[in-house]
Amino acid sequence: MGSRSSHAAVIPDADSIRRETGFSQASLLRLHHRFRALDRNKKGYLSRMDLQQIGALAVNPLGDRIIESFFPDGSQQVDFPGFVRVLAHFRPVEDEDTETQDPKKPEPLNSRRNKLHYAFQLYDLDRDGKISRHEMLQVLRLMVGVQVTEEQLENIADRTVQEADEDGDGAVSFVEFTKSLEKMDVEQKMSIRILK
Amino acid sequence: MWGLGSRGPGRGLLLALALGGLARAGGVEVEPGDAHGESGGFQVVTFKWAHVQDPYVIALWILVASVAKIGFHLSHKVTSVVPESALLIVLGLVLGGIVWAADHIASFTLTPTVFFFYLLPPIVLDAGYFMPNRLFFGNLGTILLYAVVGTVWNAATTGLSLYGVFLSGLMGDLKIGLLDFLLFGSLIAAVDPVAVLAVFEEVHVNEVLFIIVFGESLLNDAVTVVLYNVFESFVALGGDNVTGVDCVKGIVSFFVVSLGGTLVGVVFAFLLSLVTRFTKHVRIIEPGFVFVISYLSYLTSEMLSLSAILAITFCGICCQKYVKANISEQSATTVRYTMKMLASGAETIIFMFLGISAVNPFIWTWNTAFVLLTLVFISVYRAIGVVLQTWLLNRYRMVQLEPIDQVVLSYGGLRGAVAFALVVLLDGEKVKEKNLFVSTTIIVVFFTVIFQGLTIKPLVQWLKVKRSEHREPRLNEKLHGRAFDHILSAIEDISGQIGHNYLRDKWSHFDRKFLSRVLMRRSAQKSRDRILNVFHELNLKDAISYVAEGERRGSLAFIRSPSTDNMVNVDFTPRSSTVEASVSYLLRENVSAVCLDMQSLEQRRRSIRDAEDMVTHHTLQQYLYKPRQEYKHLYSRHELTPTEDEKQDREIFHRTMRKRLESFKSTKLGLNQNKKAAKMYKRERAQKRRNSSIPNGKLPMENPVQNFTIKEKDLELSDTEEHPNYDEEMSGGIEFLASVTKDTASDSPAGDTGSDTPLTGRSSPRHGPPAAAAAAPEKPLIPARLQRPRAPSPVPPAPAPAPAQNPESAAAEPAEPQEREPGAGPTPGAGAGPGPGPERRGLPSAHARSAAARRVHSRRSFQRPRARRRPALLKLASLPPSCHAPPHALEQEETPL
Repeated sequence: MGSRSSHAAVIPDADSIRRETGFSQASLLRLHHRFRALDRNKKGYLSRMDLQQIGALAVNPLGDRIIESFFPDGSQQVDFPGFVRVLAHFRPVEDEDTETQDPKKPEPLNSRRNKLHYAFQLYDLDRDGKISRHEMLQVLRLMVGVQVTEEQLENIADRTVQEADEDGDGAVSFVEFTKSLEKMDVEQKMSIRILK
Repeated sequence: MWGLGSRGPGRGLLLALALGGLARAGGVEVEPGDAHGESGGFQVVTFKWAHVQDPYVIALWILVASVAKIGFHLSHKVTSVVPESALLIVLGLVLGGIVWAADHIASFTLTPTVFFFYLLPPIVLDAGYFMPNRLFFGNLGTILLYAVVGTVWNAATTGLSLYGVFLSGLMGDLKIGLLDFLLFGSLIAAVDPVAVLAVFEEVHVNEVLFIIVFGESLLNDAVTVVLYNVFESFVALGGDNVTGVDCVKGIVSFFVVSLGGTLVGVVFAFLLSLVTRFTKHVRIIEPGFVFVISYLSYLTSEMLSLSAILAITFCGICCQKYVKANISEQSATTVRYTMKMLASGAETIIFMFLGISAVNPFIWTWNTAFVLLTLVFISVYRAIGVVLQTWLLNRYRMVQLEPIDQVVLSYGGLRGAVAFALVVLLDGEKVKEKNLFVSTTIIVVFFTVIFQGLTIKPLVQWLKVKRSEHREPRLNEKLHGRAFDHILSAIEDISGQIGHNYLRDKWSHFDRKFLSRVLMRRSAQKSRDRILNVFHELNLKDAISYVAEGERRGSLAFIRSPSTDNMVNVDFTPRSSTVEASVSYLLRENVSAVCLDMQSLEQRRRSIRDAEDMVTHHTLQQYLYKPRQEYKHLYSRHELTPTEDEKQDREIFHRTMRKRLESFKSTKLGLNQNKKAAKMYKRERAQKRRNSSIPNGKLPMENPVQNFTIKEKDLELSDTEEHPNYDEEMSGGIEFLASVTKDTASDSPAGDTGSDTPLTGRSSPRHGPPAAAAAAPEKPLIPARLQRPRAPSPVPPAPAPAPAQNPESAAAEPAEPQEREPGAGPTPGAGAGPGPGPERRGLPSAHARSAAARRVHSRRSFQRPRARRRPALLKLASLPPSCHAPPHALEQEETPL
């Protein structure tokens, strides 16, 4: 793995990325390696196609949504910082994160709020800050087997929205979303150990 | 065979066990000159017990064990608390007790020969063949450390400590030396794969932890074998005669045994893969090769006194990819089930006979200090060893092993039948205290399997305690929680999960370049080729999308019936849907009952609400896709539900690919922005289309783009909601859709009876010839495609009534009954509405059909659109020729992804 040691220099702005994402040097190197492995034609960025090549994503009901999340605002490519930024949401929350929290600094990407926000925006396709019943239904349709009929799905979507909807606007805002999940251990559920 | 060395009454006795009184008579009759009858003349019926004795006894024992398993699983409560292995041991003890009480001879024991030659190989082969390779190799370093260093550590410390205590005189007077202790230490040190699997399968620990314990138990065999052999020969030599050279030889032999065993396994795996490459014409014996060649690898390495377990493990690990690609789907299923059956059966028998073997006073020699100290030492040193090694490992590991993991690792060090078989193998002449060793080993095995097996599950649960509150998660939590699981697994895939990417890339490169070429069928290779693969996927997707389209338009029964054979929730029931039905049912109940008590009314209202919730929760629980980790990556000997998983995978895969395909197409039309991404494919497909459009040129479309548009819309009909951006472009289709839906809606209130009319009305005008259909711009294309499926009945396909001039009106038009075949309801072409339309479920005719007929019908209809598809769709011509394989083949090839 001789090439590996030379990576550090290859990553542009390694330091600022580390500061932003909180990744360790080793993780960053590894992710960069992964990034280059995914980048098939050595373009220096990833396209949707690159990510779609990951076989396991094709059988992940939310796979394509997650791929989309790497390409904010309809952009066609994601560079390494962007790639890492998305992954940084899944860094486990460590003690030092909470301790060294600097009020001036923006919340770390892996905060509970940001983790939830990442999930939220997977639902909120039209980016209006609300999960409408319609958007809920779409996600449900992705995640539920074909055995369930359309009416059932609609029924479930209705109830899900109703359950979380507090202000009665028929949609789930981010606040409501957070609230409906307040009992859940999001920090743990949305963290990957390897992404330290 | 089951310790059949002992002769005589024991056999009759066994029969007594299983067959009751008859056996006694048999036993008596057998003794005198038996079968051939002394009376001279020809005997019509002779009783030849001795003739069939051995196989008969074996079969009976297997039967007993299997029936016992059925018995255990009658009570779900028991099996969820007590591991099956523990139950089997207890059962064995009971059976052994019965045999003993009747006979006073231990006739049936687990003999090393039977264990090593017949019971162990299937279990280990199964483990290897179904090994989650990526996980295994990702953690290979850790596994090897635990397996090699850990086992040596355990053996040495246990042996030496026992010796130390022995010197202190605590154990009293034993004819035993240092080497004997070390020998005992070496055989008791190894974590046993059979026991570990049996217990860990029921304890759901995380995959990394599982693979470490599991891998360790498999790979430590080499160490055990070497240590055992070395010390046994040392003991035989006598302590004074052991020289340094012998020690060096011992160390060398470790490498020879382990690497040699692995090599043998790899060589046989190569052979096996190569053989299966050429079995195309002898499909029926394909599965046989898998078993025979793997078994040969085991025997060969046993013959060469290498590690047989390593050999067969690696044979399984290495061949799985190629064998699975080479053999036919049916053969693969056969292999899967046979392997699971053999392994599971062997495991059952092993544990039962462990129990039976213990009932034999002749082997019992009790020495409290020795037994107890052994138990203490193996547990303590295991824990110490794990902590030390983990400390070392965590400096290099990406996935740290947390303290909790270490506890499970230490506590999961179960000993089992391997130790028992090894100890029984000892030569009583040389090892004076063999019986003490045997009884201690039995105690250790029973203790670890029963006590630790029982407690490890609560322990694991207790260690992960987070919230004590037990409440049904709310809908949101359930849904989002599942979504998080999916997100997490996707992110893991994107971020490359387990390290070793570099090596893996290199390996897969090598594999693609050389190995696969030699070992895989050409067709299988092709299906693995990357670019082609994508086209395959797209093509498959394409096919499915149309089928799915039909399903959406027609009824969901179409998809439901073939994929899930359960008729529980299928739309043939006269209710509209489970949720709605039950709710409305409840409501009706309430309305009918006169109730003046306000409180109870209130309660009832709440209960309706609860019931609704319950139903919803239930639906979600049942049908939410499982996150990948929950069903993959974990080896399980007993549960074989890949069909379920594959079904889910396939379902999701189809959806994903359909959407991707759509986005490709819309790219083509300039509807979507991600042009760049699809560029390559676009070009390639365009090329292909140019090449192959001529043969299919009979189609009336000159303009492929327009063709695309049509289909795009058709596709969108089903799916508009998922692609809000397309709404404008697809407005035509949607309008149509809306109109049809309205029709459906207006029809449905009429109830179950009125439903036939709109159904047929919608479908019959579609029977236009494809050309006519294609000419009509909007949706007749699909109807044309789908119309065929309904022709299977004896009813001759009516010569297309007026080729759909105006689909809208046609859809609204009432029935043309002569064309309706009974039970047309669930066929794909039935309706155009996006929703399955409750009315379809109400079809009385559909109801009347038998389940079998339904299935046949739906299967038929499932295939029909495909057959039709090729001539009808120009797009298919644009795909590479290899994609033109029958859809069935495509479906098979999709799996490698």
